[in-house]
Amino acid sequence: MSKPKLAYYLAGGCGGCDIAVVDLSETLVDVALQLDIVFWAPTVADAKYKDLEAMPDGSIDVGLVSGNVRNSEHEHIVKVMRQKCKVLIAFGICASCGGIKGLVNLHTTEQLLDKAYINTFSTDNPEKILPQTTVVVDGKYELTLPSLMDARPLDQVVKVDYYVGGCPPYHEHIGKAFMALLSGQLPPSGSWITMGKAVCEVCNRNPVLQGKSKKFATTVKRTIDGPPSEDGCLLEEGYLCLGPVTQGDCGSKCPSANVPCRGCGGPIPGVKDFGLRAISAIASMLDNEELVDQIPDPVHLFYRYTLPSSFLGKKIKR
Amino acid sequence: MAWEPRLIVIACHWCTYAGADLAGSLRYSYPPTVHIVRVPCSGRVEPEFIAEALIRGADGVFIGGCHFGDCHYKEGNYKAIRRFNLFKRVATELGVEPDRIQLEWISGSEGKKFAESMTAFDAKIRELGPNPLKGGAQ
Repeated sequence: MSKPKLAYYLAGGCGGCDIAVVDLSETLVDVALQLDIVFWAPTVADAKYKDLEAMPDGSIDVGLVSGNVRNSEHEHIVKVMRQKCKVLIAFGICASCGGIKGLVNLHTTEQLLDKAYINTFSTDNPEKILPQTTVVVDGKYELTLPSLMDARPLDQVVKVDYYVGGCPPYHEHIGKAFMALLSGQLPPSGSWITMGKAVCEVCNRNPVLQGKSKKFATTVKRTIDGPPSEDGCLLEEGYLCLGPVTQGDCGSKCPSANVPCRGCGGPIPGVKDFGLRAISAIASMLDNEELVDQIPDPVHLFYRYTLPSSFLGKKIKR
Repeated sequence: MAWEPRLIVIACHWCTYAGADLAGSLRYSYPPTVHIVRVPCSGRVEPEFIAEALIRGADGVFIGGCHFGDCHYKEGNYKAIRRFNLFKRVATELGVEPDRIQLEWISGSEGKKFAESMTAFDAKIRELGPNPLKGGAQ
Protein backbone atom coordinates (compact mmCIF):
# COMPACT_ATOMS: atom_id res chain seq x y z
CA MET A 1 0.00 0.00 0.00
CA SER A 2 1.32 3.45 -0.85
CA LYS A 3 1.73 6.05 1.87
CA PRO A 4 -1.19 8.42 2.57
CA LYS A 5 -0.65 11.79 0.94
CA LEU A 6 -0.75 14.96 3.05
CA ALA A 7 -1.14 18.57 1.97
CA TYR A 8 -0.89 21.57 4.29
CA TYR A 9 -1.89 25.12 3.46
CA LEU A 10 -1.42 28.17 5.67
CA ALA A 11 -4.09 30.75 4.80
CA GLY A 12 -4.68 33.84 6.95
CA GLY A 13 -2.64 32.64 9.88
CA CYS A 14 0.59 33.40 11.69
CA GLY A 15 2.40 30.09 11.10
CA GLY A 16 2.03 29.09 14.75
CA CYS A 17 0.08 25.97 13.80
CA ASP A 18 2.91 24.94 11.44
CA ILE A 19 5.38 25.37 14.29
CA ALA A 20 3.09 23.30 16.54
CA VAL A 21 3.28 20.44 14.02
CA VAL A 22 7.07 20.71 13.98
CA ASP A 23 6.92 20.69 17.81
CA LEU A 24 5.81 17.06 17.61
CA SER A 25 9.58 16.37 17.36
CA GLU A 26 10.14 12.58 17.65
CA THR A 27 6.47 11.84 17.03
CA LEU A 28 6.69 13.84 13.82
CA VAL A 29 9.57 11.63 12.66
CA ASP A 30 7.39 8.54 13.17
CA VAL A 31 4.39 10.22 11.54
CA ALA A 32 6.30 11.76 8.64
CA LEU A 33 7.76 8.37 7.70
CA GLN A 34 4.25 7.07 7.22
CA LEU A 35 3.15 10.07 5.15
CA ASP A 36 3.93 11.45 1.74
CA ILE A 37 3.90 15.24 2.12
CA VAL A 38 2.97 16.50 -1.34
CA PHE A 39 2.29 20.16 -0.56
CA TRP A 40 3.11 22.40 2.39
CA ALA A 41 2.96 26.07 1.51
CA PRO A 42 4.06 28.66 2.16
CA THR A 43 6.10 27.54 5.17
CA VAL A 44 7.75 24.13 5.30
CA ALA A 45 8.05 22.62 1.81
CA ASP A 46 9.09 24.30 -1.42
CA ALA A 47 5.85 23.88 -3.32
CA LYS A 48 4.06 26.17 -5.74
CA TYR A 49 0.34 26.74 -6.11
CA LYS A 50 0.51 25.52 -9.71
CA ASP A 51 1.90 22.17 -8.47
CA LEU A 52 -1.16 21.75 -6.28
CA GLU A 53 -3.49 22.85 -9.06
CA ALA A 54 -1.93 20.28 -11.40
CA MET A 55 -2.66 17.33 -9.09
CA PRO A 56 -5.70 15.18 -9.95
CA ASP A 57 -8.90 15.86 -7.99
CA GLY A 58 -9.25 13.73 -4.87
CA SER A 59 -5.67 12.50 -5.12
CA ILE A 60 -4.58 13.76 -1.69
CA ASP A 61 -5.76 11.78 1.32
CA VAL A 62 -5.63 14.44 4.00
CA GLY A 63 -5.50 18.21 3.68
CA LEU A 64 -4.84 20.53 6.59
CA VAL A 65 -5.67 24.23 6.41
CA SER A 66 -4.56 26.60 9.13
CA GLY A 67 -5.52 30.25 9.29
CA ASN A 68 -8.76 31.94 8.33
CA VAL A 69 -9.90 32.99 4.85
CA ARG A 70 -9.13 36.68 4.64
CA ASN A 71 -8.44 37.47 0.98
CA SER A 72 -9.07 36.28 -2.59
CA GLU A 73 -5.88 34.18 -2.70
CA HIS A 74 -6.85 32.25 0.44
CA GLU A 75 -10.32 31.68 -0.99
CA HIS A 76 -8.94 30.33 -4.26
CA ILE A 77 -6.35 27.96 -2.75
CA VAL A 78 -8.78 26.70 -0.11
CA LYS A 79 -11.21 25.76 -2.88
CA VAL A 80 -8.39 24.00 -4.75
CA MET A 81 -7.47 22.16 -1.54
CA ARG A 82 -11.06 21.00 -1.18
CA GLN A 83 -11.03 19.59 -4.73
CA LYS A 84 -7.73 17.77 -4.32
CA CYS A 85 -8.20 16.40 -0.79
CA LYS A 86 -10.43 13.53 0.27
CA VAL A 87 -10.48 14.72 3.89
CA LEU A 88 -10.11 18.41 4.70
CA ILE A 89 -9.28 19.46 8.25
CA ALA A 90 -9.62 22.95 9.68
CA PHE A 91 -6.43 22.96 11.73
CA GLY A 92 -6.27 25.38 14.63
CA ILE A 93 -8.79 27.90 15.87
CA CYS A 94 -8.35 30.39 12.97
CA ALA A 95 -9.44 27.86 10.35
CA SER A 96 -12.12 26.46 12.66
CA CYS A 97 -13.67 29.63 14.08
CA GLY A 98 -11.83 32.64 12.63
CA GLY A 99 -9.22 33.04 15.34
CA ILE A 100 -7.79 36.13 16.98
CA LYS A 101 -7.27 37.69 13.54
CA GLY A 102 -11.01 37.30 13.02
CA LEU A 103 -11.41 40.37 15.23
CA VAL A 104 -10.75 42.40 12.07
CA ASN A 105 -14.47 41.93 11.46
CA LEU A 106 -15.04 44.62 14.09
CA HIS A 107 -13.65 47.18 11.63
CA THR A 108 -14.05 48.09 7.98
CA THR A 109 -11.20 47.52 5.52
CA GLU A 110 -10.92 51.30 5.10
CA GLN A 111 -10.48 51.78 8.85
CA LEU A 112 -7.81 49.08 8.97
CA LEU A 113 -5.84 50.41 6.01
CA ASP A 114 -6.09 53.90 7.40
CA LYS A 115 -4.70 52.74 10.74
CA ALA A 116 -1.94 50.58 9.28
CA TYR A 117 -0.69 52.85 6.51
CA ILE A 118 -1.62 56.43 7.37
CA ASN A 119 -2.61 57.24 10.95
CA THR A 120 -0.11 55.37 13.10
CA PHE A 121 2.36 57.64 14.91
CA SER A 122 5.40 55.80 13.54
CA THR A 123 4.17 55.74 9.92
CA ASP A 124 5.88 58.00 7.40
CA ASN A 125 3.56 58.09 4.40
CA PRO A 126 2.94 61.74 3.39
CA GLU A 127 1.54 60.78 -0.03
CA LYS A 128 -0.95 58.43 1.68
CA ILE A 129 -0.10 55.49 -0.55
CA LEU A 130 -2.23 52.42 0.17
CA PRO A 131 -1.68 48.87 -1.12
CA GLN A 132 -3.48 48.32 -4.43
CA THR A 133 -4.69 45.06 -5.95
CA THR A 134 -2.82 45.88 -9.18
CA VAL A 135 0.01 48.23 -9.97
CA VAL A 136 2.02 48.73 -13.19
CA VAL A 137 5.75 49.26 -12.64
CA ASP A 138 7.88 51.06 -15.28
CA GLY A 139 4.86 51.13 -17.57
CA LYS A 140 5.06 47.43 -18.44
CA TYR A 141 5.32 45.09 -15.42
CA GLU A 142 1.95 44.44 -13.83
CA LEU A 143 2.10 43.38 -10.18
CA THR A 144 -0.93 42.08 -8.32
CA LEU A 145 -2.00 41.62 -4.70
CA PRO A 146 -5.01 39.65 -3.45
CA SER A 147 -8.03 41.71 -2.40
CA LEU A 148 -9.05 41.81 1.26
CA MET A 149 -12.36 40.41 2.49
CA ASP A 150 -13.99 39.96 5.88
CA ALA A 151 -12.32 37.14 7.83
CA ARG A 152 -14.17 33.85 7.53
CA PRO A 153 -13.61 30.43 9.06
CA LEU A 154 -12.89 27.65 6.57
CA ASP A 155 -16.38 26.12 6.74
CA GLN A 156 -17.99 29.31 5.43
CA VAL A 157 -16.04 28.80 2.18
CA VAL A 158 -15.82 25.02 1.65
CA LYS A 159 -17.12 21.86 3.32
CA VAL A 160 -14.91 20.89 6.25
CA ASP A 161 -14.59 17.31 7.50
CA TYR A 162 -12.89 17.84 10.86
CA TYR A 163 -11.97 20.66 13.18
CA VAL A 164 -8.98 20.90 15.49
CA GLY A 165 -8.97 23.73 18.04
CA GLY A 166 -6.13 25.53 19.75
CA CYS A 167 -3.96 28.56 19.14
CA PRO A 168 -1.93 26.66 18.19
CA PRO A 169 -3.21 23.10 18.77
CA TYR A 170 -1.30 21.54 21.67
CA HIS A 171 1.39 19.25 20.25
CA GLU A 172 0.32 16.17 22.21
CA HIS A 173 -3.18 16.68 20.89
CA ILE A 174 -1.86 16.97 17.31
CA GLY A 175 0.03 13.71 17.84
CA LYS A 176 -3.18 11.99 18.94
CA ALA A 177 -5.08 13.50 16.01
CA PHE A 178 -2.45 12.27 13.52
CA MET A 179 -2.48 8.80 15.08
CA ALA A 180 -6.28 8.73 14.82
CA LEU A 181 -6.01 9.80 11.18
CA LEU A 182 -3.44 7.15 10.29
CA SER A 183 -5.34 4.39 12.05
CA GLY A 184 -8.65 5.50 10.55
CA GLN A 185 -10.28 5.93 13.98
CA LEU A 186 -12.05 9.17 13.24
CA PRO A 187 -15.36 10.55 14.51
CA PRO A 188 -18.23 11.22 12.06
CA SER A 189 -17.48 13.82 9.38
CA GLY A 190 -18.16 17.38 10.44
CA SER A 191 -17.09 16.95 14.06
CA TRP A 192 -14.22 18.29 16.13
CA ILE A 193 -11.26 16.07 16.86
CA THR A 194 -11.30 16.44 20.63
CA MET A 195 -11.54 14.44 23.79
CA GLY A 196 -14.79 16.31 24.43
CA LYS A 197 -13.95 17.61 27.90
CA ALA A 198 -13.86 21.24 28.99
CA VAL A 199 -10.69 22.90 30.29
CA CYS A 200 -12.25 22.89 33.80
CA GLU A 201 -12.51 19.10 33.72
CA VAL A 202 -8.75 18.77 33.37
CA CYS A 203 -7.80 21.82 35.47
CA ASN A 204 -5.92 21.29 38.73
CA ARG A 205 -7.48 24.46 40.11
CA ASN A 206 -11.05 23.16 39.76
CA PRO A 207 -12.48 22.98 43.32
CA VAL A 208 -15.04 20.37 42.25
CA LEU A 209 -12.26 17.94 41.35
CA GLN A 210 -10.87 18.49 44.87
CA GLY A 211 -14.19 17.56 46.45
CA LYS A 212 -15.16 21.15 47.25
CA SER A 213 -18.05 23.15 45.82
CA LYS A 214 -17.69 26.07 43.45
CA LYS A 215 -18.30 29.57 44.81
CA PHE A 216 -19.56 32.67 43.00
CA ALA A 217 -17.08 35.34 41.95
CA THR A 218 -17.44 38.43 44.13
CA THR A 219 -15.10 40.70 42.16
CA VAL A 220 -14.01 41.13 38.55
CA LYS A 221 -10.25 41.23 38.07
CA ARG A 222 -7.89 41.55 35.17
CA THR A 223 -4.58 39.70 35.01
CA ILE A 224 -2.74 43.00 35.63
CA ASP A 225 -4.47 43.27 39.03
CA GLY A 226 -1.93 40.89 40.57
CA PRO A 227 -1.27 37.16 40.51
CA PRO A 228 -3.95 34.66 41.54
CA SER A 229 -3.53 32.21 44.42
CA GLU A 230 -1.47 29.11 43.81
CA ASP A 231 -4.22 26.52 43.48
CA GLY A 232 -7.58 28.31 43.69
CA CYS A 233 -10.12 28.51 40.85
CA LEU A 234 -9.42 31.60 38.75
CA LEU A 235 -13.13 32.24 38.23
CA GLU A 236 -13.84 32.17 41.96
CA GLU A 237 -11.12 34.78 42.40
CA GLY A 238 -12.69 36.99 39.75
CA TYR A 239 -10.35 36.37 36.81
CA LEU A 240 -12.69 35.78 33.88
CA CYS A 241 -11.53 32.35 32.75
CA LEU A 242 -13.38 30.77 29.83
CA GLY A 243 -12.45 27.23 30.86
CA PRO A 244 -16.07 26.11 31.41
CA VAL A 245 -16.93 26.37 27.68
CA THR A 246 -13.56 25.63 26.06
CA GLN A 247 -12.27 22.24 24.90
CA GLY A 248 -9.54 21.05 27.22
CA ASP A 249 -7.31 19.19 24.75
CA CYS A 250 -4.51 21.51 25.88
CA GLY A 251 -4.57 19.90 29.33
CA SER A 252 -5.39 23.26 30.95
CA LYS A 253 -1.94 24.72 30.31
CA CYS A 254 -2.81 28.41 30.76
CA PRO A 255 -4.63 28.19 34.13
CA SER A 256 -1.75 26.11 35.51
CA ALA A 257 0.53 29.03 34.58
CA ASN A 258 -1.73 31.60 36.36
CA VAL A 259 -3.30 32.79 33.11
CA PRO A 260 -7.08 32.55 32.69
CA CYS A 261 -8.32 30.50 29.71
CA ARG A 262 -9.18 32.68 26.73
CA GLY A 263 -11.00 30.05 24.72
CA CYS A 264 -8.56 29.18 21.94
CA GLY A 265 -9.44 25.47 22.19
CA GLY A 266 -12.78 26.08 20.55
CA PRO A 267 -16.29 25.45 21.88
CA ILE A 268 -17.13 22.29 23.81
CA PRO A 269 -19.44 19.94 21.85
CA GLY A 270 -23.00 21.18 21.35
CA VAL A 271 -22.19 24.88 21.38
CA LYS A 272 -23.15 26.89 18.30
CA ASP A 273 -21.78 30.27 19.29
CA PHE A 274 -18.78 30.21 21.62
CA GLY A 275 -18.96 33.84 22.71
CA LEU A 276 -22.63 33.71 23.63
CA ARG A 277 -22.22 30.48 25.58
CA ALA A 278 -19.26 32.02 27.37
CA ILE A 279 -21.44 35.02 28.27
CA SER A 280 -23.99 32.59 29.65
CA ALA A 281 -21.42 30.66 31.69
CA ILE A 282 -19.56 33.66 33.08
CA ALA A 283 -22.67 35.75 33.85
CA SER A 284 -24.23 32.97 35.90
CA MET A 285 -21.06 32.61 38.00
CA LEU A 286 -21.06 36.22 39.15
CA ASP A 287 -22.30 37.05 42.62
CA ASN A 288 -24.34 40.13 41.75
CA GLU A 289 -25.63 42.11 38.78
CA GLU A 290 -23.27 45.06 39.24
CA LEU A 291 -20.32 42.83 38.39
CA VAL A 292 -21.73 42.29 34.90
CA ASP A 293 -21.18 45.96 34.12
CA GLN A 294 -17.62 45.84 35.47
CA ILE A 295 -16.43 43.31 32.87
CA PRO A 296 -14.02 45.28 30.70
CA ASP A 297 -14.42 45.05 26.91
CA PRO A 298 -16.72 42.01 26.74
CA VAL A 299 -16.63 41.66 22.93
CA HIS A 300 -12.88 41.13 22.78
CA LEU A 301 -12.98 38.91 25.86
CA PHE A 302 -15.73 36.51 24.82
CA TYR A 303 -15.17 36.56 21.06
CA ARG A 304 -11.37 36.66 21.17
CA TYR A 305 -10.98 33.61 18.91
CA THR A 306 -14.43 33.01 17.47
CA LEU A 307 -16.01 36.21 16.13
CA PRO A 308 -16.27 35.19 12.42
CA SER A 309 -17.97 31.90 13.33
CA SER A 310 -20.51 33.57 15.62
CA PHE A 311 -24.14 34.17 14.72
CA LEU A 312 -23.46 37.79 13.87
CA GLY A 313 -19.99 37.12 12.44
CA LYS A 314 -18.97 40.74 12.44
CA LYS A 315 -19.87 44.17 13.64
CA ILE A 316 -22.94 45.50 11.89
CA LYS A 317 -21.89 48.48 9.82
CA ARG A 318 -24.32 51.24 9.11
CA MET B 1 -48.36 43.37 1.79
CA ALA B 2 -47.28 45.81 4.45
CA TRP B 3 -44.57 44.73 6.84
CA GLU B 4 -45.82 43.31 10.13
CA PRO B 5 -43.36 42.77 12.97
CA ARG B 6 -42.66 39.25 14.16
CA LEU B 7 -42.08 39.21 17.88
CA ILE B 8 -40.73 36.24 19.78
CA VAL B 9 -41.72 36.15 23.44
CA ILE B 10 -39.82 33.62 25.53
CA ALA B 11 -42.01 33.13 28.59
CA CYS B 12 -41.25 31.18 31.74
CA HIS B 13 -43.79 28.48 32.48
CA TRP B 14 -44.52 29.49 36.08
CA CYS B 15 -45.05 33.24 35.77
CA THR B 16 -45.11 35.00 32.41
CA TYR B 17 -46.78 32.12 30.57
CA ALA B 18 -49.41 31.97 33.31
CA GLY B 19 -49.72 35.75 32.97
CA ALA B 20 -50.36 35.35 29.24
CA ASP B 21 -52.97 32.73 30.05
CA LEU B 22 -54.66 35.10 32.48
CA ALA B 23 -54.59 37.91 29.91
CA GLY B 24 -56.55 35.59 27.62
CA SER B 25 -59.04 34.56 30.34
CA LEU B 26 -59.66 38.18 31.22
CA ARG B 27 -60.14 39.06 27.52
CA TYR B 28 -57.34 41.63 27.42
CA SER B 29 -56.26 42.14 23.84
CA TYR B 30 -52.65 42.28 22.69
CA PRO B 31 -51.09 42.35 19.20
CA PRO B 32 -51.27 39.20 17.03
CA THR B 33 -47.62 39.71 16.07
CA VAL B 34 -46.59 38.05 19.35
CA HIS B 35 -45.35 34.45 19.16
CA ILE B 36 -44.92 32.88 22.57
CA VAL B 37 -42.32 30.20 23.28
CA ARG B 38 -42.72 28.53 26.65
CA VAL B 39 -39.59 27.60 28.60
CA PRO B 40 -39.42 26.05 32.09
CA CYS B 41 -37.60 29.07 33.53
CA SER B 42 -36.10 32.35 32.35
CA GLY B 43 -32.80 30.88 33.55
CA ARG B 44 -33.12 28.42 30.67
CA VAL B 45 -32.78 31.22 28.11
CA GLU B 46 -29.33 31.09 26.54
CA PRO B 47 -28.08 34.25 24.80
CA GLU B 48 -27.80 31.96 21.76
CA PHE B 49 -31.61 31.68 21.66
CA ILE B 50 -31.98 35.45 21.38
CA ALA B 51 -29.25 35.83 18.74
CA GLU B 52 -30.56 32.94 16.67
CA ALA B 53 -34.10 34.33 16.77
CA LEU B 54 -32.82 37.70 15.51
CA ILE B 55 -30.74 36.13 12.74
CA ARG B 56 -33.63 33.94 11.64
CA GLY B 57 -36.09 36.74 11.18
CA ALA B 58 -37.51 37.90 14.51
CA ASP B 59 -37.91 41.67 14.70
CA GLY B 60 -37.83 41.69 18.47
CA VAL B 61 -37.21 39.25 21.31
CA PHE B 62 -38.95 39.64 24.67
CA ILE B 63 -38.07 37.50 27.67
CA GLY B 64 -40.53 37.17 30.52
CA GLY B 65 -39.70 35.70 33.92
CA CYS B 66 -40.82 35.71 37.55
CA HIS B 67 -40.19 38.61 39.89
CA PHE B 68 -37.13 38.32 42.14
CA GLY B 69 -37.86 35.92 44.98
CA ASP B 70 -40.66 34.25 43.02
CA CYS B 71 -38.60 31.94 40.81
CA HIS B 72 -39.89 28.38 40.97
CA TYR B 73 -36.28 27.22 40.84
CA LYS B 74 -35.19 29.90 43.36
CA GLU B 75 -32.48 31.66 41.33
CA GLY B 76 -33.23 31.15 37.63
CA ASN B 77 -34.31 34.74 37.10
CA TYR B 78 -31.15 36.07 38.79
CA LYS B 79 -29.13 34.11 36.25
CA ALA B 80 -31.41 35.35 33.47
CA ILE B 81 -30.87 39.03 34.20
CA ARG B 82 -27.07 38.66 34.43
CA ARG B 83 -26.91 36.81 31.13
CA PHE B 84 -29.34 39.20 29.52
CA ASN B 85 -27.49 42.34 30.62
CA LEU B 86 -24.13 40.98 29.52
CA PHE B 87 -25.57 39.79 26.21
CA LYS B 88 -27.16 43.20 25.65
CA ARG B 89 -23.82 44.93 26.23
CA VAL B 90 -22.07 42.67 23.72
CA ALA B 91 -24.90 42.80 21.16
CA THR B 92 -25.05 46.60 21.36
CA GLU B 93 -21.31 46.83 20.84
CA LEU B 94 -21.67 44.61 17.77
CA GLY B 95 -24.28 46.93 16.33
CA VAL B 96 -27.59 45.29 17.31
CA GLU B 97 -30.27 47.85 18.22
CA PRO B 98 -30.65 47.40 22.00
CA ASP B 99 -34.39 48.14 21.91
CA ARG B 100 -35.05 44.95 19.96
CA ILE B 101 -34.41 42.88 23.05
CA GLN B 102 -36.20 43.27 26.35
CA LEU B 103 -36.42 41.47 29.68
CA GLU B 104 -39.40 41.93 31.97
CA TRP B 105 -40.71 40.28 35.12
CA ILE B 106 -44.42 39.41 34.74
CA SER B 107 -46.06 37.22 37.36
CA GLY B 108 -48.95 34.79 36.89
CA SER B 109 -51.40 37.32 38.33
CA GLU B 110 -50.31 40.15 36.03
CA GLY B 111 -52.43 39.42 32.95
CA LYS B 112 -52.98 43.11 32.42
CA LYS B 113 -49.25 43.85 32.63
CA PHE B 114 -48.60 41.12 30.08
CA ALA B 115 -51.06 42.59 27.60
CA GLU B 116 -49.71 46.10 28.14
CA SER B 117 -46.08 44.99 27.81
CA MET B 118 -46.86 43.23 24.54
CA THR B 119 -48.67 46.27 23.15
CA ALA B 120 -45.80 48.55 24.14
CA PHE B 121 -43.17 46.18 22.73
CA ASP B 122 -45.07 45.88 19.45
CA ALA B 123 -45.29 49.67 19.19
CA LYS B 124 -41.57 50.04 19.90
CA ILE B 125 -40.59 47.50 17.23
CA ARG B 126 -42.93 49.12 14.69
CA GLU B 127 -41.09 52.37 15.34
CA LEU B 128 -37.70 50.63 14.75
CA GLY B 129 -38.86 48.96 11.55
CA PRO B 130 -37.81 45.59 10.10
CA ASN B 131 -34.80 43.86 11.64
CA PRO B 132 -31.77 44.41 9.37
CA LEU B 133 -30.06 41.35 10.86
CA LYS B 134 -32.30 38.82 9.15
CA GLY B 135 -30.02 36.28 7.46
CA GLY B 136 -26.88 37.56 9.22
CA ALA B 137 -24.91 40.78 9.40
CA GLN B 138 -24.24 42.46 6.06
